[in-house]
Amino acid sequence: MSLDAATVRRIARLARIRVDDAEVETLQSELNAILGYVEQLAEVNVEGVTPLSGGAQMALRSREDQLSDGGIADKILANAPDRVGHFFAVPKVVE
Amino acid sequence: MSLLTLTLAQASKALHTGEISATALTTAYIKAIEELNPRLNAFITPTPELALAQAKAADARLQAGTATALTGIPIAMKDLFCTEGVRTTAASKILSPFVPPYESTVSAKLKAAGAVTLGKANLDEFAMGSSNITSAYGPVENPWKRAGSDAKLVPGGSSGGSAAAVAARLALAATGTDTGGSIRQPAAFTGISGIKPTYGRCSRYGIVAFASSLDQAGPMARTVEDNAMLLNVMAGFDEKDSTSANVAVPDFTRALTQGVAGKRIGIPKEYRLEGTNPEILALWDQGIAWLREAGADVVEISLPHTKYGLAVYYIVAPAEASSNLARYDGVRFGARVDGHDLIDMYERTRAAGFGPEVKRRIMIGTYVLSHGYYDAYYLKAQKVRALILRDFQQAFEQVDAILTPTAPSAAFGLGEKMDDPVTMYLNDVFTVPASLAGVPAMSVPAGLSSEGLPLGLQIIGKHFDEETVFAVSAAIETAAGFSALPELRAK
Repeated sequence: MSLDAATVRRIARLARIRVDDAEVETLQSELNAILGYVEQLAEVNVEGVTPLSGGAQMALRSREDQLSDGGIADKILANAPDRVGHFFAVPKVVE
Repeated sequence: MSLLTLTLAQASKALHTGEISATALTTAYIKAIEELNPRLNAFITPTPELALAQAKAADARLQAGTATALTGIPIAMKDLFCTEGVRTTAASKILSPFVPPYESTVSAKLKAAGAVTLGKANLDEFAMGSSNITSAYGPVENPWKRAGSDAKLVPGGSSGGSAAAVAARLALAATGTDTGGSIRQPAAFTGISGIKPTYGRCSRYGIVAFASSLDQAGPMARTVEDNAMLLNVMAGFDEKDSTSANVAVPDFTRALTQGVAGKRIGIPKEYRLEGTNPEILALWDQGIAWLREAGADVVEISLPHTKYGLAVYYIVAPAEASSNLARYDGVRFGARVDGHDLIDMYERTRAAGFGPEVKRRIMIGTYVLSHGYYDAYYLKAQKVRALILRDFQQAFEQVDAILTPTAPSAAFGLGEKMDDPVTMYLNDVFTVPASLAGVPAMSVPAGLSSEGLPLGLQIIGKHFDEETVFAVSAAIETAAGFSALPELRAK
């Protein structure tokens, strides 16, 4: 399977990364090289194999559903690129 | 004797007997950083004032008799660990303004033990790379040189700054993280030791996430013993990490003298890849001979899905990365580039903030998780990953540990292997399978190439059996008697 330029643009859009036309060409050949390499997995017989999603061979723990932290709005907002009071500020979304 | 030649174990002893002070030791390392960091670029952010304050506190603890084995030990902290009040960049432009309001669990444990942090070590951007050339803060130079050549070599990656700092004596030891070989490969390239513990052994809380099912923190140091002393402190259950293992942490230093007599060591035939550098194969054979002489029972084993490890890795890791890195949107933290609306702001922020390798991996990950391709790529890779784990489980029914080379070559030149991304990815061919299976693995320097560069051997163990990994590594270390030093080092 080989990615065309339109697909590269679509992936960039999904990934929310702006790419210009010159970049599309480079990305197309690089991404195709990677996809070409992983193509070899097609030859492995995985019938009946349960996919392994995690690195740990254990079940996830559960905990009591209760507050353990809070009241640190200023700490959380300290790294905000833009803020208004105790809110993160972004460009206008609704016209 | 220079303070810089002491191992961590020796320095710890000298600090406790009062022979040296933490302040003197830290001052020596700060001077070394001032002298050599402008050239090596091993640290993104040196923190000398903080280090001196910590050293002073360490001296007080040593006086008061409340010191631990790591009190007063100056280390480098990979700039992937969030450190409260100290800028944490992950070697990315997008995090250049980020000052964490909290501390990662692993760095907090080291701090609590009294270790002194000299600064934040350079790495590949978001730990994505095998040569430290993807850092937005410039590449790291390997302190080693090919005999008779002044060409700049890479220190490996992604923990390249940590590795170069320890090798060139800009730090007594360092923290690293390993997702597909990021501790072991740079350790091998710089002639030091480093261990990727079992997945779940060290908390991932506060470590900038790359691929969450693979990321694992571990130590990098000059000796196997130094690594064991560090892991004693870094390991342990943490309820803040949902995949942290609630497993008792033994004293790993006790394993060092176990020896290998009667231990069964597996040699996977599939690692004898066609076209592998004959020097690497010869070193591997030497390692086998050393373990036999030390009384180990060496047997050939099969890990039949080895050859698919890299392909699985380069689907699973980018998939997880594309999801983890979605958080860098210019809204809550990190750099922002303004746009005419919200989506435009996201797209401009991420285009300017991420480097080419990170963009490639995010895009591959986005593609393999996208509608219509998920089953063919991501699900398939997860199934082959299950087979790779099964290979190890079956092998460990017969053997106690596995011996392989760490990397297919010695350190290469800056600018080499840049033809296409896949050529660079092949560096991780021997380290990726253990990461996918979640088992512990260590690299130990075992010899020099004909060009005078260090080469490492990798020891892989069973889940949560770092003790056997340390025992076998110590045996290799003793037999190898590796004492060569890099050309560029603080004296």
